[in-house]
Amino acid sequence: MSTLTTTAGPGTGRAPRRRRGVGQRQTVAGWLFITPALLGLGIFLIIPIVMALWVSFTDWNGRGSPFSSQVSLVGAENYAALLTEPGLSRQDFMISLRNTFYYVIGVVPLQTVVALLLAVIVNQKFLRGRTFFRTAFYFPSVVSSVAISLVFLFLFTSTGAINQFLAVFGIDGPVWFSDPRGLIHLIGDWLGLWSVSAPPAALAETQVLSLSVWEWFSGPSVALTAIMAQVIWTTAGTFMLMFLAGLQDLPTEVEEAAMVDGANRWQRFRNVTVPHLRPTILLVITLGVIGTWQVFDQMYVMTQGGPAKTTLTPAFLSYTAAFRQNQWGQGAAMAFLLFLIIFVLTSLQRYVLRDKDEAATRRAQRRQQRAARRKGVTA
Amino acid sequence: MTRNSRIATLSLVLSGALLASACGGGGFEEEGATSAPASASGPVELKMLIASSGDAETNAVKEATEAWAKSSGNTVTVTVASDMPQQLAQGFASGNPADIVYMDAALFGNYAKQGSLYAYADQIEDNDDFYESLREAFTYDGKQYCVPKDFSTLALQINTDSWTKAGLSDADVPTTWEELEAVSKKLTTGGQAGLGIGVGIDRLGAFIVQNGGWWLKDDASAGAANTPEVTEALDYVQRNVKAGNFQMSNQLDSGWGGEAFGTKKSAMTIEGNWIKGAVTNDYPDLKYKTVELPEGPEGKGTLQFTQCWGVSADSKAQAQAVELVKALTTVEQQMKFAEAFGVMPSRQSAADQYTEKFPEDAPFVAGGEYGHGPINAPGMEQVVADLNSKLEDFGGANLPQVLEGFDTNANAALGQ
Repeated sequence: MSTLTTTAGPGTGRAPRRRRGVGQRQTVAGWLFITPALLGLGIFLIIPIVMALWVSFTDWNGRGSPFSSQVSLVGAENYAALLTEPGLSRQDFMISLRNTFYYVIGVVPLQTVVALLLAVIVNQKFLRGRTFFRTAFYFPSVVSSVAISLVFLFLFTSTGAINQFLAVFGIDGPVWFSDPRGLIHLIGDWLGLWSVSAPPAALAETQVLSLSVWEWFSGPSVALTAIMAQVIWTTAGTFMLMFLAGLQDLPTEVEEAAMVDGANRWQRFRNVTVPHLRPTILLVITLGVIGTWQVFDQMYVMTQGGPAKTTLTPAFLSYTAAFRQNQWGQGAAMAFLLFLIIFVLTSLQRYVLRDKDEAATRRAQRRQQRAARRKGVTA
Repeated sequence: MTRNSRIATLSLVLSGALLASACGGGGFEEEGATSAPASASGPVELKMLIASSGDAETNAVKEATEAWAKSSGNTVTVTVASDMPQQLAQGFASGNPADIVYMDAALFGNYAKQGSLYAYADQIEDNDDFYESLREAFTYDGKQYCVPKDFSTLALQINTDSWTKAGLSDADVPTTWEELEAVSKKLTTGGQAGLGIGVGIDRLGAFIVQNGGWWLKDDASAGAANTPEVTEALDYVQRNVKAGNFQMSNQLDSGWGGEAFGTKKSAMTIEGNWIKGAVTNDYPDLKYKTVELPEGPEGKGTLQFTQCWGVSADSKAQAQAVELVKALTTVEQQMKFAEAFGVMPSRQSAADQYTEKFPEDAPFVAGGEYGHGPINAPGMEQVVADLNSKLEDFGGANLPQVLEGFDTNANAALGQ
């Protein structure tokens, strides 16, 4: 109602009213068109999220509706159990954060670099069988992650293909998926910095957030490393496709101009291709960070969090807390903490990777506008 | 009001309505656990959720429920769960769970505490016929909720080829810890460990029972792992693991004790009656025999694993569900199940019939008398999972520290 009176004041002519009518009808049609999508989002996304947020503040034990009278609000107790109260819940949550941190640090850079390399390779115009390679590299992304996980379980058994390959070079491969030793621990041991069997007391006895410093700096376990290898292999193809799209967007003239300027292959890649791909790189890293922090399938299928909890991740822990231990509040709280972590990291990385030229231009524009306004005031 | 805010209000109202309708569906009775059975009149449709070991089990259960359905005029739909704990949780949360479910003793405590289960054991006339330890496994807060479906126990399996090759005879079958250590030592060769033990407390616990201890106090009020009974039992196993007489299954690159035994990486193992099926299917050439576990300092001891026929507190046809359970737990029906998929009857009156039919299973049946059920106190999964993860590397585990940590965590969980 109010829309009509505010936009259509008295004394407006005939023509504008008809235009408004058309506009209104278009608006109604527009809303009609997006209603199914909105309903879908509402029912399957927004309402469950709001419900989960509610559950994370209650002691709901998983029986009946979380909105019934028996369920009571417990404030931030579930969050406190994960963050401030010493106990098993915090210990497990911190272990899962540590594992996933090493996992993200390992997977995201590697999958981005590998994807970019693959894209550059299959983008070459004179490569024979280009379509074959494109399909081959993309193939792992299309296969279900559960199927791939099972294949990797076989590859990485103690007598599997990987260890037989290592044996050719005289390396006695580990029992991958049941080896909880951390990589940093192992490397330090190998370099003679410390001994894994008798860790330095200063590190082993200082506790920070339910874990000793020694445990915090374990690095990814051998088992987690095997999972990382699998994930890099599967996701590189997906991201290769994105880089490929970006590369095909790069006008040949620009590259030719660089050639005329005497740039060699590496210089062209470094100064023409990579800057051109900046938005794609931002996209790939963002999707990579989000995807890796949420990792679940591999842990569910292959390790169930083991060995010795070294493949526990927040997403998997949230699932076990809710479905296995009936601690639905804590499970939901973990999900929201994970969301916060991802949100902060993604924002941070958007800020770090922002287009500095563009930001500078915008700043300059704003400064000019301000100056102009000030001039207007003084005039 | 601007157009945008009007639309915002509209969508808010709309989603509010959806929210209300989404959550309104879960109406359920407030108590349920103590009330008289909810009995729907006329023929009812019962839903049953089972975790099946395979087609043999599924078909046997379907056959039995169909027979009851036909004679009683009701219908029963049997669903096989692909992930039992998850599907149970989903069912109970929905307010419309399956009427009858397989309820594992290890999960039972949580669901009993939650009020999801209907306590019907007092309506079973000859309830005393079920093994006492099994009934205890389904008792929460002094009340038995459901009756055990069947059970399994652990016993000692011996590879008879390795046994004779090591120059051992029937007289050497170990009956004490010292003898077990001695034969394990004799059986250990370059390519084969004497005794292979599955990882985790579901095998190690047997030694603790033999030593008169348990992880928790008898009334499950607090942890009792940091006690001489538990410590000595685990020390005994650890000493032998370090000496190489015993090996944990993960040291033998096996998923469980049966795999190490079947692939001849160990000459003996400690597993339950499920090993029969595994050997027939995967290692048909293996020659072995099963004997009772050796006695510890405090006598015989083993672990029991069991499931019960759980009836949902939210079921609309509890009376009919209980009738079905009665039909499924007769001696006759339990024997049919035993023949179909190799489980042991939970009724003592069926024991003689069973051992007559399966004499080689006598050592397993004997465990019904002296076995200990799993930890079934609510809220303990996380604590047990933590303990298991710390015992993965059993040879290198710092036992006093692990056991003390377990007690601290258990006390925190049980004090809730």
